[in-house]
Amino acid sequence: MKVRLTVNGQDRSDDVEPRLLLVHYLRQHLGLRAANVGCDTTSCGACTVLLNGKSVKSCTVLTVQASGQEVTTAEGLAPEGDLHPVQRAFRAEHGLQCGFCTPGMVMAATGLLAENPHPTEEEVRAGLEGNFCRCTGYHNIVRAVLTAAGTMSTGATTSTESAQ
Amino acid sequence: MSILGTRVLRTEDPGFLTRGGVYTDDVEDERLAGACHVFFVRSPVAHAVIRSVDVSAAREAPGVIAVFTGADLTGLPALPPPVPGMINDLMNQPLLARDVVRFVGEPVAMVVTQDPYQGEDAAELVDADYDLLPPVVDMSAATAADPIFPDAHTNVAASFGDADQFDPALFDGCETIVTRTIENQRVAPAPMETRAAAAAWGEDKDAGGRLTAWIPNQGAQGTRAVVASMLGIDPASVRIITPDVGGAFGAKFGADPEHGLVCWVARQLGRPARWAETRAENMVAMTHGRAQRQTITIGGRRDGTVLAYRLEILQDSGAYPKFGAILPSLTILMTPGPYSFPRAEAAAVSVLTNTTPVGAYRGAGRPEATAAVERAIDLFAAEIGMDPADVRRKNLLPAFTEPHTTAFGAVYDSGDYTTALDKALAAAGYQDLRDEQAKRRANGDVVQLGIGLASYVEITGSGSEAGRPQENATVEVHPDGSATILTGTSPHGQGHSTVWAMLASEELGIPVDKITVKWGDTDLIPQGGGTGGSRSLQQGGAAVQQASQELLEEARQRAAGELEANPADLVFDIGSSAFTVAGDPDASVPLARLAETERLVVRSVFSAPGATFPFGAHVAVVEVDTETGKAVLRRMVTVDDAGTLVNPLLAEGQRHGGIAQGAAQAFLEEVVYDADGNPLTTTFADYPFLSATEVPSFELADMATPTTYNPLGAKGIGEAGTIGATPAVQNAVVDAVSHLGVRHIDMPTSPQRVWRALREAAAPPAAGTAAPAAGTSESRDAQ
Ligand code: FES
Ligand code: FES
Repeated sequence: MKVRLTVNGQDRSDDVEPRLLLVHYLRQHLGLRAANVGCDTTSCGACTVLLNGKSVKSCTVLTVQASGQEVTTAEGLAPEGDLHPVQRAFRAEHGLQCGFCTPGMVMAATGLLAENPHPTEEEVRAGLEGNFCRCTGYHNIVRAVLTAAGTMSTGATTSTESAQ
Repeated sequence: MSILGTRVLRTEDPGFLTRGGVYTDDVEDERLAGACHVFFVRSPVAHAVIRSVDVSAAREAPGVIAVFTGADLTGLPALPPPVPGMINDLMNQPLLARDVVRFVGEPVAMVVTQDPYQGEDAAELVDADYDLLPPVVDMSAATAADPIFPDAHTNVAASFGDADQFDPALFDGCETIVTRTIENQRVAPAPMETRAAAAAWGEDKDAGGRLTAWIPNQGAQGTRAVVASMLGIDPASVRIITPDVGGAFGAKFGADPEHGLVCWVARQLGRPARWAETRAENMVAMTHGRAQRQTITIGGRRDGTVLAYRLEILQDSGAYPKFGAILPSLTILMTPGPYSFPRAEAAAVSVLTNTTPVGAYRGAGRPEATAAVERAIDLFAAEIGMDPADVRRKNLLPAFTEPHTTAFGAVYDSGDYTTALDKALAAAGYQDLRDEQAKRRANGDVVQLGIGLASYVEITGSGSEAGRPQENATVEVHPDGSATILTGTSPHGQGHSTVWAMLASEELGIPVDKITVKWGDTDLIPQGGGTGGSRSLQQGGAAVQQASQELLEEARQRAAGELEANPADLVFDIGSSAFTVAGDPDASVPLARLAETERLVVRSVFSAPGATFPFGAHVAVVEVDTETGKAVLRRMVTVDDAGTLVNPLLAEGQRHGGIAQGAAQAFLEEVVYDADGNPLTTTFADYPFLSATEVPSFELADMATPTTYNPLGAKGIGEAGTIGATPAVQNAVVDAVSHLGVRHIDMPTSPQRVWRALREAAAPPAAGTAAPAAGTSESRDAQ
């Protein structure tokens, strides 16, 4: 089946099997391998990407369902060589260890902050309930999301600075 | 200013955050072009004779290149036990089941296809016919059951000590004795990255062709040894490359049959082969952890002095004895933990069952020891009606700086257990918590407060029988001012790239971001002990420091020639990474320039006098709803003394992760089998994996007592969390309802278990039963 979609700002059109999952399309067809597969029951969130700005588990979206829409992955969150404020906060707070959950976690956090720019710790935890991490105990991930919320709300200055 | 001890951000992070790690399934390499895909057909039954495996239909399915069964693997030896001599060697695992299957998930056949989707479809067409045998599911039934390996005539895979030889007078003179059988339940390591492999033959065709295999592991050198032995070839013909590894927790040490088989398929078909398992496979076919049933007996005086302690262990090894079968030896080594019990003894039997084999899992044998003794202390405290903190204080070993040898042969390097406990209690506000608890108890609140303690000491960085613990590192300074480190350790989240660079930077004055750390390629680094047992910093890090210092000495000689000065008159200026002549600041030569004419490289082996023994104390605070039985973890306060910290940010990360995994075992996780040996927890929908909503932020208090066993003063930190947190949380849940007569709740302390314990404590003893259990009998005098 023919699909046309925008991935990280680039238009893509492809002929894909109807059963092809979005995560496999991203990984195998486009070589975008940040999103990972960690389960087979839609439980872990390692595959999380943004679909039209909202976080989705790309292992439960068929590529054909994403046709005509905008997909953002961890690779496309910031311009090459730069880090998005959420990514920067994950690094600053040591919110990742083995990194396997990380791209999904970063996308889930980005989606969460888009919906709720000033979350409480409890809201962050609830918002990330569908994203598993075996390494960090979530402590620094939660810190990172709260830090990102802080820097993004004073946002305008930060982003112009980093653009220079 | 020294960079050591500072919170340097990880150099590895930008890649992980943007393009993602390059895990085995992500590896693109021309040697893997045109790779076929392996899919395993696994046993759906726990124990059966394989009558036939018909693969003819599967062979005809779309995309199928080949199908193999155990009968095709002629000439491949069975997997030998991991530690020869300790384990019965008549219980070896064939790489693919032959004649008999012994657990659900055991590989029976392999389907090899053009693309990965096709394998799953074709596997359905493999028609295996089984004659069921009675399964051994519960470990307590194993010794009396028919042997799973008839030739072995027993289901005992290993034993340590002999319970029949226990001292009948051990508890003489005790005013109070409590005994209880408790579960340290089976859990799944469940790293977020499942197992995988990619294999290609062909390098050095003249030499018969070498194997290159990409395998997620915890030490490429150990993985190479196991893969070579599975294939029956010389390790020199195997090159293991370790891609990024998405978590391991002990379960990725060495190699599993599937890894060897993927390499075999690639050789057999003359074409590269790949494999990435599903989560459902991972939950049944990667080794599980823990799985001990412990009988603890503790006795002493009513003033709180413990006089004697006994630990009897039944270890479930699963269907094939792997590292799990020898876990009890580590548990026994740590039997008395941080306590000065005058008398203690322990023994263990490891048995086979028709379940997934058991292996190492974060802590590997030591969390089990701590869980046993910490439950024992609390049971004893409850029995005599004393505050568990006071009982601990009364029995902890006094602080020591000279090595202390225990009755079990462990040599604790240094420790101050009472200070650790006091710091943890102070940070938690222990008295306030007890006051709050008393208030809720007096009010008869539905939601009760529980406070759980655990004091611990653990062993990290132990050596092998071959000798003292050691690790190697190579440091090279390049003419462009950068440096490369080769290490025998194998990070999979621990951040060695950053920390090893910090250690070299401290000596060489080269900035951290100009230092590249490499590991996990056996052609580049033929020797190494890998990462496990919390050994890396204290041995691998110490080796990097030592190699850097030796390199600087070599450079000093070269600089002396260059500057025509006496080496002793040269000063190394860290700030500029250059040698200068004392008193003549103009005469200087940068370190990098000394690498221009001849490579400036040093390989060094650091050797430690022995293992180190980090220690600490954890306080868990839970709320338990006495109507539903639901326990919620409210606070975790920990002191984890791992000696000097090189990067506190990363050390905290290790503590956080371990605490969460320990807490998860205490109140959530369990691998469950039904009576026929069918696993009921094979997906993340069924296995209660901890989420962010189920834990609080953790409160870490500082304590750092340097060890003298390495110049860094560092002990291990990777496993402390699981060791301390597990019993602390379990003790907290029991404590929340102890005033209602509950003395013990097995892990995981699920709502059902808590609720049942409350009901049993409330019910009057059934007619005809003997004296009430110790727990209920003295709950009155404990008030
Ligand atoms: S891979 Fe686990 S939720 Fe998508
Ligand atoms: S960092 Fe390893 S799973 Fe999250």
